[in-house]
Amino acid sequence: MLITLVLQCSIGFSQDYIEGVISYKNESGEIIPLPGVTIFWQNTSTGTISNIDGNYKLLKSNLSDRLVFKFLGYKEESIDVSNKRFYNITMLKDENILDEVVVNKKRKTIQKSYFKTQNITNVSSDELLKAACCNISESFETNPSIDVSYSNAVTGVKQVKMLGLESPYLLITEENIPMIRGASQVYGLSFIPGTWVESMQITKGTGSVVNGFESISGQINVELKKPYSDSPFFVNMYTNDMGRNEINLHSNKIINDKLSTGVYLHANKNDHINDNNYDGFLDHPLSNAVNFFNRWQYINPSKGTVAFFGYRFMSDKKELGEIIENKVFIRYPWRGEIRTNRFDSNFKFGYVNPSIPYQSLGFQMAFSRHDQDSFFGKRNYDINQNSFYSSLIYNSIIGSTLNKIKLGLNFSYDDFDEIVDQTINSYNRIDNSIGGFFEYNYDSLDAVSLVAGIRYDIHNNLGSFFTPRFHLRYQPFEKSVLRFSAGTGRKSSNIFSENQNIFTSGRQIKISKKLGKFYGLDPEKAFNYGLSFRQGFFINNREGDITFDYYVTDFENQVIVDWETQGEVSFYNLDGKSFAKSLQIDLEYQLSNNVLIKSTFKNFDVKKQYKSGLKINPLTPKNRFFTNLEVSTNEKKNGSKWKFDLTYNWIGKQRLPSHTELIDFEGYSPNYSLFNSQITRVFSNKFEMYIGGENIGGYTQSNPILGGYPFGTDFDTSIVYAPIHSALFYIGLRFNN
Amino acid sequence: MKYIIILSLFFSTFCFSQQSNLKSLKVSFLVKGVCEMCKDRIEKGTIKLKGVKYANWDIISNNISLIYNSKKTTLDVIHKGISLLGHSTNKYTAPPEIYNSLPDCCLYETLEIH
Repeated sequence: MLITLVLQCSIGFSQDYIEGVISYKNESGEIIPLPGVTIFWQNTSTGTISNIDGNYKLLKSNLSDRLVFKFLGYKEESIDVSNKRFYNITMLKDENILDEVVVNKKRKTIQKSYFKTQNITNVSSDELLKAACCNISESFETNPSIDVSYSNAVTGVKQVKMLGLESPYLLITEENIPMIRGASQVYGLSFIPGTWVESMQITKGTGSVVNGFESISGQINVELKKPYSDSPFFVNMYTNDMGRNEINLHSNKIINDKLSTGVYLHANKNDHINDNNYDGFLDHPLSNAVNFFNRWQYINPSKGTVAFFGYRFMSDKKELGEIIENKVFIRYPWRGEIRTNRFDSNFKFGYVNPSIPYQSLGFQMAFSRHDQDSFFGKRNYDINQNSFYSSLIYNSIIGSTLNKIKLGLNFSYDDFDEIVDQTINSYNRIDNSIGGFFEYNYDSLDAVSLVAGIRYDIHNNLGSFFTPRFHLRYQPFEKSVLRFSAGTGRKSSNIFSENQNIFTSGRQIKISKKLGKFYGLDPEKAFNYGLSFRQGFFINNREGDITFDYYVTDFENQVIVDWETQGEVSFYNLDGKSFAKSLQIDLEYQLSNNVLIKSTFKNFDVKKQYKSGLKINPLTPKNRFFTNLEVSTNEKKNGSKWKFDLTYNWIGKQRLPSHTELIDFEGYSPNYSLFNSQITRVFSNKFEMYIGGENIGGYTQSNPILGGYPFGTDFDTSIVYAPIHSALFYIGLRFNN
Repeated sequence: MKYIIILSLFFSTFCFSQQSNLKSLKVSFLVKGVCEMCKDRIEKGTIKLKGVKYANWDIISNNISLIYNSKKTTLDVIHKGISLLGHSTNKYTAPPEIYNSLPDCCLYETLEIH
């Protein structure tokens, strides 16, 4: 009796449910369980989904006997449920449906996060393709946060600025190792080929304490391609109508499941003599360079270890100055040459305890040797820098992963040897420092997060000092985020290597010697703070956002480079005020599936106290406007598509240092516009070609070389406010396997 | 001397945090949920429970891996805490009134189709 009751009970219970296994056949005919299938009673809203093993179970319905099975990319199935309890289903692939699935959301090439505490913009390698040539200093031309301009009329080198300040006030790191500094300050960015870069992270305002005390206006970190994840073989070729030819070759090999290696080669050459403005000087130097990089990557996920080892050689030669071909000179021609050889090597090791994923240890060390020999007319400048850098960082938590900490040590050693104008002086200096840092990171996982860091450094020439830095993020609504940052930074000013323009002029160098440790000058110290607000929106179901950034850099001490007097350049420490205020408004909107528009307005107020008074920083536009239009066609099955890109830049008037030949300008340059454009034809996932033009409107500065007689003190090539070349056109290809 | 201060600070903190690992226990168990939104809910809710140091929920297997401080909490308290988020574990079933207030896509017992 009891037994039948139990049996009945169990039967009654089981009859209420329907269950079974859902599967599909893979290419080799095996039956594989299919999770995530939607199962529901027809014409009702009750249902369930299949679990990881393809199992499903749901209550019988009074409203329907027909059970429907749905899964994207598979044919819909339905069964009439009778008295049976188990129904196993094999789903069939639906080839037709698959073709119609279109993923609309494209990954943007410049990404700003709502969740990161710091104001960091991530720039992907796709964005770098927009400026097809050639190295990363040029790649910033399509990036609104960074301004790129020619530094002088003869070397062809472009310099970058952020928040209205020159690149020495930026910390430029390669995979978090400080890289472009000291001797490589001016040419360093042009020594990193664009195709080697995997991504870049641009931090506006004060950076993290982890990478040192040097960043003042911001930080640019460059991540290079990794052998394990980069494509096995890559070729890029580029040529332009000014005679520049470039080639990039990458080859990566995965040796076994732990070890992989990559070889990256870059070469460029330009032997065309161009003088489109008929001033008798080469518009761009004759150049050739080779750059070789080999890196090794080791990953062992089960032990939680990762390591990198890499070394690199670079050799670059530039010839510049007056054109001697087909000309008779009654004096010596003014010629120049810059030869740079560089060697870099680095080793990194990281360990994450696989059973305690929030604890990790990282160690890195890098050695570099930079050797530049150069002459310009009768002047010369040679610099040799040997650097060693090492850091140890430990990540952990306090209590829970809501409170993260970073703790570490840095050690750096730099040995500089400089020869300036032979007859005048030679300088040598050793800088070494050891520092410890602590950074606390709180994340409430919703509206608030903050990063507070402090470091203490003991430096042989800067002394011992604290560097505090603070970042706060407040996100009251899903699409609104407010960020605040504040912090201090210090640096030693390498006055010659940071201002190599002096040597392409006839200006006499004057250094007001105090008892400072750096060429008789005291180090620079500044306080940077800023606010950023970003609001996302939807208009016509399309995403867009608007960002307001306002940053201020206040110098407590600075090395003033004074170009105000014709025929001389003088260096002295700040006595009074010096500040850089920058306002930037960005608007971004997805006009349609295939069209993205970005616009930026920038206003700079950069002033410093010269001996001759408080003046606007020369060659810094007060206002700038930028627009970029990105159009692409829908991608076909084989990956083929067209991509169009158009960038417009409007550069407002800039104050010019006084020079008798610039008297007509009344102290300010005229404003002007620049257009760049590129068309890329992607033939397949493996092959694409591109053509493009820079400065298509052809606006150039009429008189970039001033002062007539090139060996006189009035000679000057450094007052450059606009491009030197007119329109430039290029063509190239990329092959990826 | 200054150098020694920096170094000793680094290593003492390092050792201190290694010590605290001794009280840590690592466990993994079933927590019912469906989607990315559930992952977010489960992880945020769990990490805010007292004594929980680390939480990671896997969508496919519905398993949560967590590390907790055995001096500050017990496994039972954590199970109960998670069930009060509306997500049943293999020990505690979520109270119906909390379960019913979950976002539609997280209703793992009877997923509704619209």
